[in-house]
Amino acid sequence: MTAAGDILRIEDLGIGFALHAWDFDAVKGASFRVLPGKVTALVGESGSGKSVIAQTIMGILPRPGRIKHGRIVFSDPKKGKVTDLAALDVDSDKYRHIRGGRISMIFQEPMTSLSPLHTIGDQVGEAYRIHFEASEKEVRERTEEMLGLVGFPDPKRAYGMYPFELSGGLRQRAMIAMALICRPALLIADEPTTALDVTIQAQILQLLKELQQKLNMAVLIITHDLGIVANIADEVVVIYRGEIMEAGTVTDIFTDPQHPYLKALLAAVPHFNMTAGERLKALREVPVNAGALLGGNGKRERKKVGVLLSVKNLGKSFATRQSGWFGKGDGHEIRAVDNVSFDIKQGECFGLVGESGCGKTTVSKIIMRALTPSQGTVTFDSGEGPVDLLKAEGDKLKDLRRRIQMVFQDPFSSLSPRMTVQNILSEPLEIHNIGTAAERQATVERLMQAVGLDPRYLSRYPHSFSGGQRQRIGIARALALGPDLLICDEPVSALDVSVQAQILNLLKDLQKELGLTYLFISHNLAVVDYMADRIAVMCRGRIVEVAPRETLFRNPVHPYTRALLAAVPYPDLGRPLDFKTLKLGGASDDSAWGQDFRDGGGGLDYRDLGGSHWILARREKQYGELAQ
Amino acid sequence: MLRYIIGRIFMMVPTLVIISALVFTIIELPPGDYFESYVAELQAQGESVNAEQIEALRQEYGFDKPPVVRYFHWVAGMLTGDFGYSFEYRLPVMDVVGDRLWLTILVSFTTIIFTWLIAFPIGIYSATHQYSWGDYGLTFLGLMGIAVPNFMMALVFMYLANVWFGTSIGHLMDPQYMDQSMSWEKFKSIMAHLWIPVVIIGTAGTAGMVRRLRANLLDELQKQYVVTARAKGLHPFKALVKYPLRMALNFFISDIGSILPAIISGAEITAIVLSLETTGPLLIRALKSQDMYLAGSFLMFLAFLTVIGVLISDLALAVLDPRIRLQGGSTK
Repeated sequence: MTAAGDILRIEDLGIGFALHAWDFDAVKGASFRVLPGKVTALVGESGSGKSVIAQTIMGILPRPGRIKHGRIVFSDPKKGKVTDLAALDVDSDKYRHIRGGRISMIFQEPMTSLSPLHTIGDQVGEAYRIHFEASEKEVRERTEEMLGLVGFPDPKRAYGMYPFELSGGLRQRAMIAMALICRPALLIADEPTTALDVTIQAQILQLLKELQQKLNMAVLIITHDLGIVANIADEVVVIYRGEIMEAGTVTDIFTDPQHPYLKALLAAVPHFNMTAGERLKALREVPVNAGALLGGNGKRERKKVGVLLSVKNLGKSFATRQSGWFGKGDGHEIRAVDNVSFDIKQGECFGLVGESGCGKTTVSKIIMRALTPSQGTVTFDSGEGPVDLLKAEGDKLKDLRRRIQMVFQDPFSSLSPRMTVQNILSEPLEIHNIGTAAERQATVERLMQAVGLDPRYLSRYPHSFSGGQRQRIGIARALALGPDLLICDEPVSALDVSVQAQILNLLKDLQKELGLTYLFISHNLAVVDYMADRIAVMCRGRIVEVAPRETLFRNPVHPYTRALLAAVPYPDLGRPLDFKTLKLGGASDDSAWGQDFRDGGGGLDYRDLGGSHWILARREKQYGELAQ
Repeated sequence: MLRYIIGRIFMMVPTLVIISALVFTIIELPPGDYFESYVAELQAQGESVNAEQIEALRQEYGFDKPPVVRYFHWVAGMLTGDFGYSFEYRLPVMDVVGDRLWLTILVSFTTIIFTWLIAFPIGIYSATHQYSWGDYGLTFLGLMGIAVPNFMMALVFMYLANVWFGTSIGHLMDPQYMDQSMSWEKFKSIMAHLWIPVVIIGTAGTAGMVRRLRANLLDELQKQYVVTARAKGLHPFKALVKYPLRMALNFFISDIGSILPAIISGAEITAIVLSLETTGPLLIRALKSQDMYLAGSFLMFLAFLTVIGVLISDLALAVLDPRIRLQGGSTK
């Protein structure tokens, strides 16, 4: 490592957190560098210390954290000054001038990173006002210019808007404008796209890459997603538990990974080139004993039925009152679910994909009877004759509740922090009055074994488990009543890549051993591709395409499906994102879909393309024209 | 916005009508009226009763009419600025309250300003230095302030003042200035007496506000946008005032609604202990002696101020918080 060329050099950096006399080293002797005009990616799981390093560089480390040793050498290319940030007082004028002026940062959560009480213009312009002497007019001009640069269609209007009036993607653009308005030498992007939909993520990545080249600045991007790394980075640094594992150019890292951790990380991510039946390799494989459930009363004999769940013409509208304070308060109706129909066969995993707000969670809530639909029917048949799920009441409904269970997205808030695991797992049994106390105890222990947890942990509370372990507890709870259908609503989106593989494999094993049927909801196309047998793509409340997994992602027909697939970053240097095909309006903007898929007055209908591949298109179109 | 304000003012009318009916009913609930108890008292003392005069008063104030008629008479009077007649003081209600009202407003406003001046710096310090010795010490003092009742503190102050300075600290002015018109000397005397009730009444309010400000600010300080502000290179103090403090102010603005009526009613019990010339003791006395116009008008005035206060705080919230102003009612 030569000192001359590096814009930022971190040498033997150690960061510790002291909490209640318990000292914890978050970063242990890390050393790496950031080259000028290049994108360096810092890759690792959550808790690996990557965000802590970023906060330390910015001098915004939370209070209990402190630098124990090492240097952070920042060489400002514009002024030629070399500063050791680690030795500087974080509140000093000198540091404040560098922070936000020469090094700036964008964060993961565009929803909360902006103050809701101040306009976009105020917050973006403030960064310029702090670091430059400028008149109000000049600040406004610079801000509007910057907002235009990051892709706001109407910067003058955006200047006076509040963050809550903007979508997540636009908020992240505003954050980028705020970070870059002073033309910093180094931009630190901490998981800038993790909270965004896949198509918006691709747009933001494109924007970052473009601006990085245009302004010729260095970027340190922090991410856990190797797909992003492959698409945007020039240099890669891999961090694991506070220690740097491997560093090098992106080509070296992807073609010839040296460290076993990196190899394992690459094998743990689901990708589209997997053959049917290929398993992900979890970093830390957990032995699963689903067979334990088969012997006990967790398993009921399954009668052979064809279609387990049949959804017909489901619709749900929400009414909103729009700004009744200034305007007339017109009622405005949003169709969250619009004429959705699908069948789930017994024993299959039916995937539902779509961007946030497309209505996929609403569908699952209707099936769980948490929401009442405006129209449509849902029929459930587990071998004892079809039951109209939406009309079931009393005992019938209670029986249905045993047969349909749910695994939630957030393992942190879906388990009560005041109940032990024992209570959490036995509660469903108590509600439905199943077995004696001793039998329940036995069932609970079998459930723990089934999801690969030690039954000795039963008396612990959820907070003493990691995210992945909690999600296992959530799955065990869903299995307690021996359901036929399990609805998994984004079960791995809150988890790390390495843990994600564990949970996906667990769900797969359980399905095979217990003969479960899944409705698997996710925004992550690769995850759905790994799990599901058949996949439905939802957009704006409608299913636009349904096909078996082999067909859907290899031969997508609907432009929305194509746009979604085009936006997925692959952890493969040979398949870069095609930024040219991305559109500003997002993939659900149907103006770009082409005539055949838009309602031209004649109405849209499902067209059979053969091999149970259906798509939503104009009635009058011929099959041959669509399949092109 | 204008539409909203007009709508809100219009909404106040039914609220006030219901309150006035409630107030009237409650005052009417005890058997008898002021004249009955007055006559009984005179007769018990063996004095002659001018039956004609009493009957005339009864008729003038409509006590011979059914309650519904009297209710409308009362409400109509209030609308034209006639708040009725205090039987006990033999004066129109306005004259009885008159001077005391201004003194009450003076005491209450000074108390509120005192509360804010003390509570804000302490609250901000406590939140930004959470779990420091300073925070613990101030928290302890604050909890003491909440736990000790005001009248108790007043008694302790009186005792100490007597023991140490040999003076009485009651009243709002020296006795010779009472019932005199305002003069420079009288003003100086009021100022000299004012600080004691202000400190006593203010302590509990200060302690409560410190706790709330600390809790609200701590919530806000955790938020991501505070980190964003610091990452811009904003001076820590400026960042604190512009972002989290501004957000933490919502509770404070909602408080204005309850401050207005508190200004007028004053801290009644403390006022009685310290013999302050405020409206609090007057109200309690009026309620005891069934002096219905005095008590009723007083309660209505408090209700009116409450409604106005709520309106003001709602409008202020809408002005300060764009989320309330622009998102109004849309469901997510």
